[in-house]
Amino acid sequence: MKTDWQPTADIETLRHRAQIMQQIRDYFAAQQVLEVETPQLSRFGVTDVYLQNLSCLFSGPGFAKQTPLYLQTSPEYAMKRLLCAGSGSIFTLCKAYRDDEVGRQHNPEFTMLEWYRTGFDHHQLMDDMQALLQPILATQTFLRISYQQAFLQYLQVDPLSAELSRLREIAARYGLADITANETDRDFILQLLFSQQIEPLIAEQLPVFVYDFPASQASLARLSQQDPRVAHRFELYFRGIELANGFFELQDATEQRQRFEQDNAKRQALGMETKALDESFLAALEHGMPMCSGVALGIDRLVMLALNKASIREVIAFPLDIA
Amino acid sequence: MATVSTNEFKAGLKIMLDGEPCNILENEYVKPGKGQAFNRVKIRKLISGKVLEKTFKSGDTVETADVMDTELSYLYSDGEFWHFMNNETFEQIAADKAAVGDTVKWLVENDPCTVTLWNGAPITVTPPNFVELQIVETDPGVKGDTAGTGGKPATLTTGAVVRVPLFVQTGEVIKVDTRSGEYVSRAQK
Repeated sequence: MKTDWQPTADIETLRHRAQIMQQIRDYFAAQQVLEVETPQLSRFGVTDVYLQNLSCLFSGPGFAKQTPLYLQTSPEYAMKRLLCAGSGSIFTLCKAYRDDEVGRQHNPEFTMLEWYRTGFDHHQLMDDMQALLQPILATQTFLRISYQQAFLQYLQVDPLSAELSRLREIAARYGLADITANETDRDFILQLLFSQQIEPLIAEQLPVFVYDFPASQASLARLSQQDPRVAHRFELYFRGIELANGFFELQDATEQRQRFEQDNAKRQALGMETKALDESFLAALEHGMPMCSGVALGIDRLVMLALNKASIREVIAFPLDIA
Repeated sequence: MATVSTNEFKAGLKIMLDGEPCNILENEYVKPGKGQAFNRVKIRKLISGKVLEKTFKSGDTVETADVMDTELSYLYSDGEFWHFMNNETFEQIAADKAAVGDTVKWLVENDPCTVTLWNGAPITVTPPNFVELQIVETDPGVKGDTAGTGGKPATLTTGAVVRVPLFVQTGEVIKVDTRSGEYVSRAQK
């Protein structure tokens, strides 16, 4: 049998990819944002219910007992420790790893661009993203719409106030009754409706920022002071692809700990293993993190969009099955 | 009963849905960044032939369908059943009208057909891509006409009606593409 050794991305694509990486580094150099490197292997994983860490065991001097280490799903905690230590605005281009994720837009090992701007709120960070990405994606402009407006416009329903039964009704209208008829988790239905009925339509021509997600999907974003039903979290979409996720960052260590504990409670309720909290990250937050906004962007997907490729396999040299 | 998880989904996998065996045509993995992953699946129900989209939460399991494609020769019909034979084991299987469906008009004795079995019983019969059948009736054509001018209807021995070029006459054997129901050529002698 012939052994597959050829890259799935052609060399021309890899050349374009390298140019995009260079363009990103040039942008941040001009903006005086510091490039940093963070650990790929950490003693802690994430508590996120729907993010699974890959892990491995380490043993060696000082680690006589095998110690589990987690491949990082994002460099977020380490970067925030740097922010707390006084780094100022920073960016990193790194690999990130997620168990269970393979598909047309997913490879378990992928490349992430993550950056933080001190003194920025989420809308200022969106301006910054647009300045970086507009030349790469070659689009006229970017649009912005709130999560609530997006639902009102595309599905004629208010995601913040609608009854669960109303959300189920709408899901049924779009042929999604099979997995929503008995669903009690509002956020699951909202995410399903968003990804099936809004995401494919919302950014066909121009990239669109969707901002102010429901507080129940806040993740590491701070809640809005004007409307505590929403959190200052945003995502960037373009041509049916979720390209980036960002936050006006939560600075409160106590609230952060509570959110981690809520994640673990939900994990337990679902019969999943709970995760140890990253105490180094929480200690850094307690010390104090400057007001900032941050965002993580999938480089592979950015290259797909810039070069008009349908599958992530066309922009990665060696996806998992032939790695 | 065998089950599979969504992680094993791929085109061609046969699963049970609403008590009916189904074939997976397409499977797409969808994962909102911070949300639960799910699989959007396009499925063909093998008995009704209906194509539909289904959504599964990733990690869910479903029952597999014991569905098997077998290559059998068509023997004859007794009016109620259509009989097929395995050329190696000489085992015979009878398919009813529901299983044969529209394929009946393409059944030629001794032709190899794909008979899809569910729990050992035939549920669909697929004819070969090309069959040769004799014309039993068509209008007399005009001399000198060539293919591609629209043609005329011709009735074949099985009752199938196919458009043929004007130069093809009653009594001739023609080759037909069963997937499109279109005339291909006169049969090679």
